[in-house]
Amino acid sequence: MTEDRRARINRLKWHCRRALLELDLVFDRFWERYEETLDAQGEAALESLLELEDHDLWALVSGREITGDPRMAAMIERLREISPIANFE
Amino acid sequence: MNYTVRKFDAVIVGAGGAGLRAAIQLSEAGYKTAVLTKVFPTRSHTVAAQGGVAASLGNSEEDHWHWHMYDTVKGSDWLGDQDAIEFMCRKANEVVVELEHYGMPFDRLDNGKIYQRPFGGHMSNFGEKPVRRSCAAADRTGHAMLHAMYQRNVKVNTQFFVEWQALDLVRDAEGDVMGVTAMDMETGEIVVFHAKATIFATGGAGRIYYSSTNAFINTGDGVGMAARAGIPLEDMEFWQFHPTGVAGAGVLITEGVRGEGGILRNSDGERFMERYAPNAKDLASRDVVSRAMTTEINEGRGCGPNKDFVLLDITHLPPETIMKRLPGIHEIGIQFAGVDCLKEPLPVVPTCHYQMGGIPTNYLGQVVVPRGGNQSEPVLGFYAAGECACASVHGANRLGTNSLLDLLVFGKSAGETAVNDLKNNVKAHKPLAQDAIDRTLARVDRLNNQKDGADVHETRLAMQRTMQKHAGVFRFKDMLAEGVTRINEIAGQVAQTQIKDKSKVFNTARIEALELDNLIEVAKATIVSANARTESRGAHVRDDAVDSPETPDGRNDKVWLKHTLWYREGNRLDYKPVQMKPMSVDTIELKKRAY
Ligand SMILES: Cc1cc2nc3c(=O)[nH]c(=O)nc-3n(C[C@H](O)[C@H](O)[C@H](O)COP(=O)(O)OP(=O)(O)OC[C@H]3O[C@@H](n4cnc5c(N)ncnc54)[C@H](O)[C@@H]3O)c2cc1C
Repeated sequence: MTEDRRARINRLKWHCRRALLELDLVFDRFWERYEETLDAQGEAALESLLELEDHDLWALVSGREITGDPRMAAMIERLREISPIANFE
Repeated sequence: MNYTVRKFDAVIVGAGGAGLRAAIQLSEAGYKTAVLTKVFPTRSHTVAAQGGVAASLGNSEEDHWHWHMYDTVKGSDWLGDQDAIEFMCRKANEVVVELEHYGMPFDRLDNGKIYQRPFGGHMSNFGEKPVRRSCAAADRTGHAMLHAMYQRNVKVNTQFFVEWQALDLVRDAEGDVMGVTAMDMETGEIVVFHAKATIFATGGAGRIYYSSTNAFINTGDGVGMAARAGIPLEDMEFWQFHPTGVAGAGVLITEGVRGEGGILRNSDGERFMERYAPNAKDLASRDVVSRAMTTEINEGRGCGPNKDFVLLDITHLPPETIMKRLPGIHEIGIQFAGVDCLKEPLPVVPTCHYQMGGIPTNYLGQVVVPRGGNQSEPVLGFYAAGECACASVHGANRLGTNSLLDLLVFGKSAGETAVNDLKNNVKAHKPLAQDAIDRTLARVDRLNNQKDGADVHETRLAMQRTMQKHAGVFRFKDMLAEGVTRINEIAGQVAQTQIKDKSKVFNTARIEALELDNLIEVAKATIVSANARTESRGAHVRDDAVDSPETPDGRNDKVWLKHTLWYREGNRLDYKPVQMKPMSVDTIELKKRAY
């Protein structure tokens, strides 16, 4: 990974540290899957999602509310489809 | 390694409820105040609080601070300090009304007064019947609170350092505090915040457990920093477990689910709470339900391939009820358990929720330590409030809605005391203790240069699993002793963690390694303190504590009516008396805690 991209991804990753555990868990899985492949468009979509307040973001990710913004909608779809199902150990 | 120094009158670490409340006090008084926070203030964990904040406003029915005080002392299983509890309960109305003036959008009654709802353990007339005492802003109480206080801080020119990680307390050989060392996450730069007053408001450390309702950010940084600087930690064996966290994920399933008729079942499908609490059944108090669940699991009646959770069944409820009265639960089931709770029961386990212990303070928000024959001597220049502090108002068990109150009252108190000290006692900055700064630099250097070290993620997981297994809801003598050994071993690995990513900008690997340095201090304090306390009290329950007329439910006041103090150096324990004397009223005398 280039230094530039490393810095951008790291910054996004830190911004995924949220006040709600629900979101932390969703983003944890997200990075496991997409860290290597997230493209510029994805980065931008994620960045604007991360601007939202935690409760609003969770309302979108949990499907209780729907966004009108197609770019965000695609990212939310991605977050939803990798729901971090509990690992029973 | 280079560093720079910045001077402030006051530095506050933490921008959750406690930190923001303290900052208002200092900035309003005109002091140059810096607030450091790992995340944007309104993303602090206080956001997660939904239930509300307790205050005996008596808006819906008669209420009194003295009743609130009684409930809190009883809830604490008499381990709370009665002077601090009286102070908090008396101050509640004032801080709630202040918050209203800062713009907090509380729910209202038709007559315009703040609406109040009942909450577990809050009663009228000294334990007679439930009372409406909790003030809320829809289901976003914590969030609304942070917004109101953040706006207020912006108005009074508090200077925020967002995405800064405080690393260590700067404390000199005389024991006085003169600021913190911190890292700017954006650049990796290290700065010493040199201050006349330092306030810790860093929140809890719920992430020491494998199963926790706490967000990832709750890594006990302030508590760890205090311990490394030689400050003892108080009552760390007391952690509140919430009965219903989603197994494997920790996400909280509110009590409301059982309130609406949800039933807990074991692997035989049995409604086991009927055996443990024939009257209240699934609605018995948090600790009773948590322990019953653990007993079922320990005796082999858990569910799933590893028999390590029980089931919360709401399949008998009409789907409309679930969707209307319990919004979000359906989605949580799908997202975190892969279960459609309308058709299948949810897997749940008792889950770590709240840290009752912490940095010892008095009701003025001053950090206090035993010194020169005095049990509670203030540390000059050092204050703490909120979940990282132990005032101690929650004692062995916290009542719901009392922690938002705690952070308002003691956040304000810490700020006020600091203002008084700045006005009257501390005119100049005390010179910085170089050795304290050097210790931070050495710690960061060690991490940057470590070879063949331990993996941060794996080491943290090992710590969390050990804590869950050895110092969970229900504690066993042998398990605790074994756990102490295990945690000490893991502490050895934490001292040798290694990171692959050495970049400067938002190096999350480094941040997490530095957080783990704090978590492990909390884990050590918890398990060593729990191992030593051979009674059961509040949230600390041991199988070897005998239930007898002198020791009801295993609580042994003769020997154990005292606060634990854990010192990092040598893993040493000390104790100090509980303050049984309130400020103005009579002592609330010891009684068996029964509801
Ligand atoms: C799911 C959930 C629901 C809850 N509901 C309620 C409720 O309804 N009522 C109630 O009374 N209580 C409730 N609680 C408990 C309550 O929310 C917390 O005890 C309280 O919010 C803690 O506030 P705080 O200000 O002490 O810390 P936090 O809000 O956790 O803030 C800590 C701050 O410290 C900062 N910080 C930490 N470490 C560092 C560092 N090294 N450097 C710089 N900054 C740092 C963080 O960035 C953050 O700003 C709930 C808890 C949970 C988990």
